[in-house]
Amino acid sequence: MKKLMFAAPLALFASVAIASDLEARVEEMMLSSFKANGIASLDRQKRDEIQKACSSPTQPDAETMKRLEAVEMQTIQWPANGDYWQGGSWEEGQRIALSGRGLTWTDNADTVNGGGCYNCHGLDPANESAGTIGPALHGYAKVRGTSEEIVKYTWGKLWNAKAYNACSDMPRNGFGGILSEEQIRHVMAYLFDPASPVNK
Amino acid sequence: MRKKLLATVVGTAAVLAASSMTSAQELNFDEYRQMLRDGNPAELFEMEGEELWVTARGPKNATLEQCDLGLGPGVVEGAAAQMPRYFADTDKVQDLESRLMTCMETLQGIDSKEIIDGRFRQGERGKVAAIVAYVTGQSHGHKINVDLSDPKVKDMYDLGEKAFFYRTGAMDFSCASCHSQDGLRIRATGLPNITTPEGAAEGWGSWPAYRVSNSQFWTMQHRLWDCFRQQRTAEPIFGSDVTIALSVYMAGKGNGGEAVWPGVKR
Amino acid sequence: MAGPMRIRAASADGVTEVRVLMSHPMETGQRRDSSGEPIPAHYITELTAKHGDKTVLTAYMGPSVSTNPYLAFKFQGGAAGDTVQVSWVDNKGESRTDEVQIR
Repeated sequence: MKKLMFAAPLALFASVAIASDLEARVEEMMLSSFKANGIASLDRQKRDEIQKACSSPTQPDAETMKRLEAVEMQTIQWPANGDYWQGGSWEEGQRIALSGRGLTWTDNADTVNGGGCYNCHGLDPANESAGTIGPALHGYAKVRGTSEEIVKYTWGKLWNAKAYNACSDMPRNGFGGILSEEQIRHVMAYLFDPASPVNK
Repeated sequence: MRKKLLATVVGTAAVLAASSMTSAQELNFDEYRQMLRDGNPAELFEMEGEELWVTARGPKNATLEQCDLGLGPGVVEGAAAQMPRYFADTDKVQDLESRLMTCMETLQGIDSKEIIDGRFRQGERGKVAAIVAYVTGQSHGHKINVDLSDPKVKDMYDLGEKAFFYRTGAMDFSCASCHSQDGLRIRATGLPNITTPEGAAEGWGSWPAYRVSNSQFWTMQHRLWDCFRQQRTAEPIFGSDVTIALSVYMAGKGNGGEAVWPGVKR
Repeated sequence: MAGPMRIRAASADGVTEVRVLMSHPMETGQRRDSSGEPIPAHYITELTAKHGDKTVLTAYMGPSVSTNPYLAFKFQGGAAGDTVQVSWVDNKGESRTDEVQIR
């Protein structure tokens, strides 16, 4: 009887040890199996807290998600001049949405990054070769309007999607330096300008 | 006369292009792939690879006919369907490409470093790809059958599963970002759900493949390399543990599915 | 690259079906390389298929045909064991001939 009672906690300890050992080994592998190439440096293999928390098939509990989201929310830079989209150009925004360029080891520091929006989202209803990983955003402002709330939410989502869903599949465009403030304003115009094909 | 004929052909092509985008369903290109299968240019690489297999090359001027792909020296038929597998002589779990490097080094004296540091479709790494076309072609129609009861293979599977969900890089992507749900597309390209046996078999069982859009033959190492490129990670090393682990995960998950090697892609 | 063609020929009910896969870059002359230099045109201009001494197909091809072209055609006649020979010539004057026995 005594022996059994001892055995149970020991077995539990062993399986926890194996799990954390696997975690350490995968971290080591994700570093040692890669090499730096141009702008794609090795520090890309080290995860920040969000990436680490969202590296399993199941997302963290609600409390952890909330805490992580609050941290990301603090990183959002709101437009310095208060202009969310009026000064942007939907034509420029369209180019950014269509471009999937930038940040790979076949790009260089001078490459103008795209947003790659069409990889995952339908935007212009006429463009049928859009991806379906994210929700379709056809008629974005026509459907949602242009209230301050939706405009601010959209800016924030574009800047750092993880502030609204810690484990979102969407990159942190502004926070990660993928798109500049000006580029985000253009993408905003693509979404909100009544003249944009997205809203036709 | 010829000019007129040419104009007709061009006209037809334009009409086809316009109508091919009318239905979202057609974006899956299944019919197109079916048409391509009959004349899959990957066969040209198979022929080249078969020739390379029996050609004496390298500092040791030897062929690969004694290469052991796991079913005994020289046995090619069905070998790829059971890879990756554990090899006692190297004490490693190896995929087909890393195993070929071992054979080329031990039998022919070709330095693996040349392949690891090389570029896809060029030099000795390009030759590995042609041999991959030949060897995988000899498993065409076989069932994927990776031995997960081997503890070393199972260990790589576990590492591969972890790596599959590992979010990192400039855009926070993991393999799972694109490959963990059914029926999704990135742009117009369908994405297999690798977390299901059907999706894993579809992914693992259709590479290596000839890509019609760029007229290139890509091995699984090449496919993974370009996935990581688009994930915005650092560059994975050819034949490194992460590539083997992910291969074991895909192949093991897809066990029982059919290998249609070499495949043909848009 | 001008490796061997992959030719398959099968005869049934007095008709032979020939399937040819050619190894050729088929450069259009319209593309540029990574440094912006034009890539010279390089494509097959003419293809001939013979059954024994008899020409059964002549095809004029151009730069709009894809890399590594695939061509399938049928001709009347041909029996198992006969030889089918396929040749192409490209705009640079390079050529290639391969043959296969009808199955």
